[in-house]
Amino acid sequence: MSEDFIVPEKSGAEILIDTLIEQGVDTVFGYPGGAVLPIYDALFQHKKIRHVLVRHEAGAAHAAEGYARSTGKPGVVLVTSGPGATNAVTGIADAFMDSIPLIVLTGQVATNLIGSDAFQEADTVGITRHCSKHNYLVKDPADLASTVREAFAIATKGRPGPVVIDIPKNVQVATTSTHVKRATSSRFNPAGEADYAEINRAVELLANAKAPILYTGGGIINSGSDASAALRELAELCGAPVTSTLMGLGAYPASGDAWLGMLGMHGTYEANMAMNQCDVMLCLGARFDDRVTGRLDAFSPDSIKIHIDIDRSSINKTVRVDLPIVADVGAAIRQMIEVWKGRKYKAAALDDWWARIKGWRAVDCLSYPGSTQEIMPQYAIERLFAATKDKSPIITTEVGQHQMWAAQHFHFDAPNKWLTSGGLGTMGYGLPAAVGAQMGNPDALVIDIAGEASIQMNIQEMATATQYRLPVKVFILNNEWMGMVRQWQELTYESRFSESYSDSLPDFVALAEAYGWKGIRCSDPAKLDDAIAEMLAYDGPVMFDCRVHKTSNCFPMIPSGAAHTDMILHSDEVSGTMDDEAKALV
Amino acid sequence: MHIKQELTERHVLTLTVDNEAGTLARIAGMFTSRGYNIDSLTVADISEDHTTSRITIVTRGPPPVIDQIIAQCERLIPVHKVTDLTEAGPHVERELALVKVRGTGDQRVEAMRLADIYRARVIDATVNSFIFEITGGPDKIDTFVALMREVGLVEVGRTGIVGLMRGAEGS
Repeated sequence: MSEDFIVPEKSGAEILIDTLIEQGVDTVFGYPGGAVLPIYDALFQHKKIRHVLVRHEAGAAHAAEGYARSTGKPGVVLVTSGPGATNAVTGIADAFMDSIPLIVLTGQVATNLIGSDAFQEADTVGITRHCSKHNYLVKDPADLASTVREAFAIATKGRPGPVVIDIPKNVQVATTSTHVKRATSSRFNPAGEADYAEINRAVELLANAKAPILYTGGGIINSGSDASAALRELAELCGAPVTSTLMGLGAYPASGDAWLGMLGMHGTYEANMAMNQCDVMLCLGARFDDRVTGRLDAFSPDSIKIHIDIDRSSINKTVRVDLPIVADVGAAIRQMIEVWKGRKYKAAALDDWWARIKGWRAVDCLSYPGSTQEIMPQYAIERLFAATKDKSPIITTEVGQHQMWAAQHFHFDAPNKWLTSGGLGTMGYGLPAAVGAQMGNPDALVIDIAGEASIQMNIQEMATATQYRLPVKVFILNNEWMGMVRQWQELTYESRFSESYSDSLPDFVALAEAYGWKGIRCSDPAKLDDAIAEMLAYDGPVMFDCRVHKTSNCFPMIPSGAAHTDMILHSDEVSGTMDDEAKALV
Repeated sequence: MHIKQELTERHVLTLTVDNEAGTLARIAGMFTSRGYNIDSLTVADISEDHTTSRITIVTRGPPPVIDQIIAQCERLIPVHKVTDLTEAGPHVERELALVKVRGTGDQRVEAMRLADIYRARVIDATVNSFIFEITGGPDKIDTFVALMREVGLVEVGRTGIVGLMRGAEGS
């Protein structure tokens, strides 16, 4: 081991708070309970950390995710043992899938009671083992400081993720004057710069491509705003079109010339066709998720694939690539720019490629039937975007049709403005994430684009917004259906709408008022702009019940098990049945 | 629709890991949660200061899955190094088994004779039983155990495989 060092005698709870402050923590999202009372008492005496009292521990985890994603700093969660920890698990799993840095502090029963089925005991370390980047059970207050420091390093470096620290109550109370130093030098060394031989090869492939594409993901946003800036420069240099996953929106500006829109299941026709037809694909911080690839054996069959990712296990996981590069994506893009400029490459003549892309763009895949009677959901997003684009809003979403419409019709020019549950697909993410984002960005306009079903999954967090006077806006596309479920039932199960109707909905306006929010309802397309303006003008939280066309489907869509070239563009192409192979896919 | 089966390869992986609570559960659980197979798994502390353990895992899967297994192991914080002995070249694999047989007369003589051929040692004996200790590659032990079934096998305990690279270099 290594030498320990002597410090003034302190309790585990005090050591924890001191170490959080040392790590730069100013905000903690949590909910008290028996097994964390010593920590809450220590918190009471330290005014440097602001504690945000959520209304459910799932809300704490998602709020911390929203805070982390919008600020670039790790989010910190503090919950009690047993149900406190298990309630936070969905948020932990969500952060794990979407690579969001979280520190989750959970109380635990005293060490002598562990394993005895004590009151509010759960095996938190066991439960979170495979949905966290790492986790700890701290059995000695002398280990706390070094554990918390290592946890912050693990959560934030390399591919970020949630780290759980389970702290038994007696460890919070017990005092110590020694701190154990951990011998950790070799156990966590994330990749940094790429090997120049690989970068040279990547630049050469890109420079000689006739139909290149940049396929970007959330890794660029995690790598920092510098990486987004580098991406823009690289795109400019090589002249290739840029598409992005759901998680990567904003890394390349949607107003940029090279922007094709999002790719994948509900991506644009031009993005998916370009992915299918490209000759060189440069994948930057994305992971060939099944929502992106569609049918694997038909995924971009003739391209040379370069994949830059900090996580080696993301490379060659589902799609075999020709040039794997394990590196921080921001650093690697900078290296590519350096090599490109150093060798004085010129952007290849890509006129033919762009002409083909123009042809695909002409399909106008995001068009939808208009209506003067009803608000079309896509129209609602378009008007919301038009009314807020100059305010650089932070948008969170729940999960479902509204999320995909937001991804398609709301456009992002900067990173860290789009907070959505991509990998896990967690309904109920958006409202607490908006709370967290507003805490981290007090002056920003934060809007949760929601569905009437998703919003009810963590609707209790309205009280949190009220308590901290957070002027979040919740914009509900209310079509009275779990829209995405209904859409799949229409497409796959011959419109047998099993349990997908949102029955017994609350009166969202009355509910808003009950929580001390402002409530607005609108069902008339002619009055929509005024209603949105009213929402934006209100200095406080607003719940906007936007009554939209009830049975709109989200298109374009690559049905499960289909190739990029088999997109459904409009409802009239829907057959209503699928074979078992397709039904077996999620 | 039917579930498709894929052709698999057997690989022996060795992992150098931190000797701390939960490491084994983390690794074994990762195999379960991602649907990988474990044929055998051995673990023991190997360092003077008791900070490091070596785990040997025998697994099975199509080559891309083996590659992914190694990457997923490396991704775990307490895992310092993963070596695929099967890919790395010539290596030795050994396993130890304790085999108890019961019998008298000719059967007992035959068990003893076979044990001798297989260089198994007797480590416990009564008038009507033996416990043999045998080491070797998994095939040798499989064969020996199969033979013992014919001459009064009672029970078997096996350690699972440990392996090292041949030659002077460490893995």
